[in-house]
Amino acid sequence: MTRTAFERQLLAVQEDMLVMAGMVETAIERGIEALKTRNVNLAQQIIEDDLKINRKRYETEDKCLELIATQQPLASDLRTIVSVLHITVDLERMGDHAEGIAKIALMLADEPPLKPYIDIPRMAQVGIEMLMGSLEAFKDRDPARARAICDQDDEVDALYEQVYRELLTFMINDPRTIQRATYLIWTAHNLERIADRVTNICERVIYLVEGHIEELNVSKY
Amino acid sequence: MIDEQLQNAERLVPVPSVGRPEPRAEVSAPQKAAGIASEHAEAVLEARGLNVFYGHFQALRNVSIEVPGRDITAIIGPSGCGKSTFIRCFNRMNDTIAGFRAEGEVLFQNQSIYERRIDVVEVRRRIGMVFQKPNPFPKSIYENVAFGPRINGYEGRLDEIVERALHRAALWDEVKDKIRQNAFALSGGQQQRLCIARALAIEPEVILMDEPCSALDPVATLKIEDLMRELARDYTIVIVTHNMQQAARVSDWTAVMMMSEDRAGECIEFGATNEIFTNPKDKRTEDYITGRFG
Repeated sequence: MTRTAFERQLLAVQEDMLVMAGMVETAIERGIEALKTRNVNLAQQIIEDDLKINRKRYETEDKCLELIATQQPLASDLRTIVSVLHITVDLERMGDHAEGIAKIALMLADEPPLKPYIDIPRMAQVGIEMLMGSLEAFKDRDPARARAICDQDDEVDALYEQVYRELLTFMINDPRTIQRATYLIWTAHNLERIADRVTNICERVIYLVEGHIEELNVSKY
Repeated sequence: MIDEQLQNAERLVPVPSVGRPEPRAEVSAPQKAAGIASEHAEAVLEARGLNVFYGHFQALRNVSIEVPGRDITAIIGPSGCGKSTFIRCFNRMNDTIAGFRAEGEVLFQNQSIYERRIDVVEVRRRIGMVFQKPNPFPKSIYENVAFGPRINGYEGRLDEIVERALHRAALWDEVKDKIRQNAFALSGGQQQRLCIARALAIEPEVILMDEPCSALDPVATLKIEDLMRELARDYTIVIVTHNMQQAARVSDWTAVMMMSEDRAGECIEFGATNEIFTNPKDKRTEDYITGRFG
C-alpha cells in the first residue's frame, strides 16, 4: 500500500522550504551587493522581498499543519514535517537578517565608505555556502555532512571577531567613524547570526535522520 | 535563576487527572532486550518464546515480550498478524479452539499459566477481558456487573461491588437511576463501559482489551481511552488495536507484530510508545505506521 497523495504533499512542503531557502540566499547576496555598491534601489527591493519570504514561511507552515491534522504522520514522516516547520522559521529569521543588512545599506548609502569590504563579504560567502550545504544535507538525509557544515561556523565567528576588532580601532582612532563602524558591526552581527541559524538547520537534519536532537553549536555570541 | 523559574513554571502547570504517566527518571525493566523499562514495572505478564499452532498452521512464532505492571501495553500490526491470538494467550482464551497448541511459556507473575495444574477459571478471573463488540448479558445493568462476583461465590454486599465497579468504569453517574433496566438499552459506548465494569467487578489484576473501541464512535472511543488511563493506575492493561493513533494516545508501551512469509505472526519490535511512533528502529515498523505497508 502506498499513500501517493500524502507523499506528494510531503514532498511539496519540502520543495517549498527549498524554494524559500533560495529566496533567502538571494536576499543575503543582494544585501552585501547593495552594501558594497551603495545601491539604494537594490536595498529597497530586498526589504520588499522579505515580505515574500515571510509569506512563504506561513504558507509552508499552513501546509504542514494541514498534513498533521489530516494525515496523522508518524515516524520519519512526522520528523520530516517537524523539521520543515523548524527550518522555515530559521530561514525566515535569516531573511530578516538579510533585510537588516539592506536597511544598513540604506543608512550607509550617503556616507563615504569607511574601508574596502573584504571580511564582511567573506562572512556572507561562507554563510551562504553553509546554508546551501545544509539544505543539500537535508535533501540527501546526510547527517555526516550536517555535522561537517557546523564546523564552518567557527570560521564565521573568527571573521566576526576580526571585523569587530578592526572596526573598534577605527572608532578609537577617529570618533567620527563611530556611526559607520557601528553599522558595519551590525552587518557582521547579522551575518554571524545567519551562520548560527544554519547550524540549527544542521541539527534538524540529524534529528530527521537519527531521531534525536544533538546540539552542534554553542555559539560565543 | 532559570532553574528557579522552571520550577515555578512547573507548579503553575495543572496536573491532569488523566494522561500519560510522567516520563520515568530511570528506565530499567520491561524489555531487557530493548533496553528500556518503567519504574513501577516489574513484568506482570510475560511471553517467552511463544509459538502457537492451530493444527498444522503456525499462528505465532517465537514471541517474547514482557508486559510491565500498571501500564498500558498496545499490540499493533496488520490484519492477520496474530495480535488477537497473542492477547488471548494471556488468559488462555484460545484453549477452546480446536487444534490450538502453545509452545514456549506465558508467565503471569512469574508463574506459567499453561501448566497442567493451573486453574484456568482462576487465571481468567485475575486476567479479565473486554472484547471488540460490547457483549452485555441480556440482563439488567446491575445483574451484568453482579454476575461475576455471584458465580465466584461472593457473599458480601453485592450492591457495593456493583456501584464500585460502575464508578471505576466511569458509568455510575449515567446509569445510577436506571440500574435495573436492561443493559441493551444503553448506547454502544455505555455497553462497552458496562463490560469493563463487569470485568472489574471480580477484581482482576490485568485487563486484556481486544479492539475495545472498534465498534464505537469517536466520542465513545475517547471516553474509553480516558477510562483506560484512569484504570492503569490500578491495573495492568494490554490492548490490541487497529487504530494506531489510539495506540499512540493511550499506551505506554507498544509491541509491533507482523506476519512472516509463512503467515506466522512475529513480534518485530517492542518499546516505549513515544519511541515506536517517532523513531522506530525496525524498517518494517516504520513502513507500517507510516502507512506504506499493511
